[in-house]
Amino acid sequence: MTAADLTITQAAAGLASGEMTSTQLTEAVLDRAAMTEAVLHAYLTMDRDGAMAAAAESDRRHARKDPLGPLDGIPIALKDNMCTHGVETTASSKILAGYRPPYDATVVERLRSQGAVITGKTNLDEFAMGSSTENSAYGATSNPWDPDRVPGGSSGGSAAVVAAGSALGALGSDTGGSIRQPAALCGVVGMKPTYGLVSRFGLIAFASSLDQIGPFTRTVTDSALLLDAIAGFDPRDATSFRGEYPNFSDAIGRGVQGLRIGVVKEFSGEGFEPAVEAACSSMLDRLSATGADVVEVSVPTVDAALSAYYLIAPAECSANLARFDGIRYGLRVSGATTEEMMARSRAEGFGPEVTRRILLGTYALSAGYYDAFYGKALEVRALLQADFAAAYEKVDVLVSPTSPFTAFKMGDKSQDPLAMYLCDICTIPSNLAGHPGISIPIGLDESGLPIGFQVMAPALGEPVMYRVAAEVERLATFDARPELAGVTA
Amino acid sequence: MSVLEGWEAVIGIEVHVELLTQSKMFCGCKVGFGDEPNMNVCPTCLGLPGALPVPNRTAIEWISKIGMALNCEISETSVFHRKNYFYADLPKNYQISQFDIPVCHDGFLDVAVDGDTVRIGIERAHQEEDTGKSLHMGEGGRIHAATETLLDFNRSGVPLVEIVSKPDIRTAAQARAYAQELRNVILELDVSDAKLEEGSMRFDANISVRQEGAPEFGTKVEIKNMNSFRSLERAVAYEIERQVDEITSGGTVIQETRHWDEEAGVTHGMRTKEGSSDYRYFTEPDLVPIVIDATWQAEIRQSLPELPAERRARYADLGLDPHLAGVLAGADADLRAVFDHAVDAGADAKAAAIWITGEVTAWLRREDTAPGDSPLTGEWLAALVAMVSDSKVSASAAKDVLDGVMRGEGAPEAVAEGRDLIQISDAGAIAAAVDEVLAANPDAVERYQAGEQKVVGFLVGQVMRATQGKAEPKLVNELLREKLS
Repeated sequence: MTAADLTITQAAAGLASGEMTSTQLTEAVLDRAAMTEAVLHAYLTMDRDGAMAAAAESDRRHARKDPLGPLDGIPIALKDNMCTHGVETTASSKILAGYRPPYDATVVERLRSQGAVITGKTNLDEFAMGSSTENSAYGATSNPWDPDRVPGGSSGGSAAVVAAGSALGALGSDTGGSIRQPAALCGVVGMKPTYGLVSRFGLIAFASSLDQIGPFTRTVTDSALLLDAIAGFDPRDATSFRGEYPNFSDAIGRGVQGLRIGVVKEFSGEGFEPAVEAACSSMLDRLSATGADVVEVSVPTVDAALSAYYLIAPAECSANLARFDGIRYGLRVSGATTEEMMARSRAEGFGPEVTRRILLGTYALSAGYYDAFYGKALEVRALLQADFAAAYEKVDVLVSPTSPFTAFKMGDKSQDPLAMYLCDICTIPSNLAGHPGISIPIGLDESGLPIGFQVMAPALGEPVMYRVAAEVERLATFDARPELAGVTA
Repeated sequence: MSVLEGWEAVIGIEVHVELLTQSKMFCGCKVGFGDEPNMNVCPTCLGLPGALPVPNRTAIEWISKIGMALNCEISETSVFHRKNYFYADLPKNYQISQFDIPVCHDGFLDVAVDGDTVRIGIERAHQEEDTGKSLHMGEGGRIHAATETLLDFNRSGVPLVEIVSKPDIRTAAQARAYAQELRNVILELDVSDAKLEEGSMRFDANISVRQEGAPEFGTKVEIKNMNSFRSLERAVAYEIERQVDEITSGGTVIQETRHWDEEAGVTHGMRTKEGSSDYRYFTEPDLVPIVIDATWQAEIRQSLPELPAERRARYADLGLDPHLAGVLAGADADLRAVFDHAVDAGADAKAAAIWITGEVTAWLRREDTAPGDSPLTGEWLAALVAMVSDSKVSASAAKDVLDGVMRGEGAPEAVAEGRDLIQISDAGAIAAAVDEVLAANPDAVERYQAGEQKVVGFLVGQVMRATQGKAEPKLVNELLREKLS
């Protein structure tokens, strides 16, 4: 146990009291990473110099008793699809090898302005397309609980560094479950906010109407703290929420007495591992025992959500990724004409899963197919939103397993896209609806792999979602940590 | 042109207008023509990873103005779409444009052609963003032979409005008149400099021909690259004739895009690789719908200036014939203001209009002076008009008076006096001159009395000379005849 194993809240208290310095904390985290990275490969870029310089500045502020907030001096990692000024940002794609953005994403600006220490950039499935972090042009990331297994994805790097202690918190992005599913598989807390709460400016887009940035932390309290830091209206994002932003940390610790918790009926049975179902069902019993009103709820359209998602997300990505053409930045493969140069650069620069989705999306939007595919998917999306609205008439939150199964072996699903797509069956509906969702670790299966429990809420329902999540965390008493590379957390 | 007998052309025109807003459509970069390449750029208009668009409120206001001026319906809620195609100067490889719900739709523009008014329907006007510019280097700048291409993204993201007419245009002259009138409207709204040569206003024409009375449209051909009103008119005329020739000589018109070659005066088919392009339009997920509610619409409507057609109608109401009303309506705004003030000050509208469009405009051009720099006021113009109609100065002396006014010599009366141009309308003074002339020219008097009436003209000339041209000719004539009889 070192300072790298502290929660953000604990570390912030230590920094505030002067018990430790950010330099010490950051060193402990970077030392941990130095040991674990050989096994995990969770970071694509580590910014050791930048982190130590930021830590030293934070120490000067703490010494003056003038910190910028609770995150001042806290080491945080960023998924490598968030632009960092002057620091290589690749989205795990060969097409962006060596690309250094000329600006910081809004979330990065917000973190820096609150004194956070950016440790580096974490691995992901190329352009956030995948559920295992195996689709990275720079090599897969391992699950800290078992290096032969995947950490989930696409934000597998961010989930792994938080689980391993090579950052106290991290940001990921979630388009169909890319924060919650790896959080579940790595035994950490991962949260996707309501669409529009966190600015997407500077996030390399996958599917613009679904993408949201959110926090990875070890605790629910830390999650709310980190969300408080990154949420807020951004005039540079036209889809940014313009209303009042609540203080998310305030929701925690108020129990679930009298809350109505709906269990999504469709998220059980075939395809769900018994250990996952057992852990979730035991959690429901405990929630019920502690005063919540637990009821079964049907959200029938969720059955069609996966199909709708795999038309909408590829359609948007086919346009979003069109800009990678070898002309202004990134990989360029020369050709006899401009068109040939563009085509070769793209063929060489994109991996197979990205290529598959661009083709799928291009097809879905094509004349003669639009109505049958993309148009139909939009109808499903509207129906799903109506279904959710009806469900939230009856309950305050909906719950389900985050993932139907725990971490799987590397290579198990990578040759079977459809099997891989099923990883996100429980998480995709929240993205299509624009709703928040959080995954909280509630136990281990018989192989010692973490199980995640998902709490979903209607748009802007983060306070009630955090309230329930905090109670789930308290009832789960999950304090297991992975044993890795000779380091026992 | 006899070959065209019995044939009718169906023409629609698409016009692109760059709005001269301070900043671009979706980012804060400056809109500027002629700056050093790639100076007015940022992550958004360069299409860098992660950058997002935010709509320009002024541009939305301005396209609404255009729509209102073109009698369009304004959509309370309109939506942006992505138009997908790969091109080197389109940084995102999609253009943010509008598809099924444009800001403006279903309007019309009345256009005067050869004394008739033709109503041309407006299908829609939608908001989009401009592309960058490609500069093909080497081998004469032709894309297929160029050794390299340089890209300038200063224009990338400049607000662009596309105005699509209905296929209501029938002749090349109408096509030209429509484009010119549209430009006048745009200039009046002060939303673009609409310079054809700099490309801030560009047009494409869709042309088909059919036999008169045929219910179906013929095959449509799109013509590009017309950089002046004259080239638009020529290109349309050429293309109509080419299509009729093609059909009457047993061929068929194929649907294609053709390029107008100004020098050769012909259109050429452009090399196309694919069949019809599929832009895969879908709703732009980075933007929310644009809402222009009733309150905002009312505010925008209030800010509309008087439009050329309204102005022509107002001038016609003042008694100007359509031609004069048209010329005056197209005159410089400062000159029109002088005209309006002169009429307010009681001037005869027709006389004032003739002064403004004739002598005043000619003087300014001759002296290379901007209308706004001239000291001429409406009151002074009214005074000048009155001096002529009251015979205080002769028509030719009035031009001298104007010259003095324009040169800053003061009000017309002061100039007329200063330059000694006031007509002598005092009968006594003229009578004395008449007597002198009659005494000095007994031959002429004799010839007149012998019945040679035309000799009066000579005598009038002599009196005018004696008075240095200041005597009022009518009075001289009367007095002469009186004294001779």
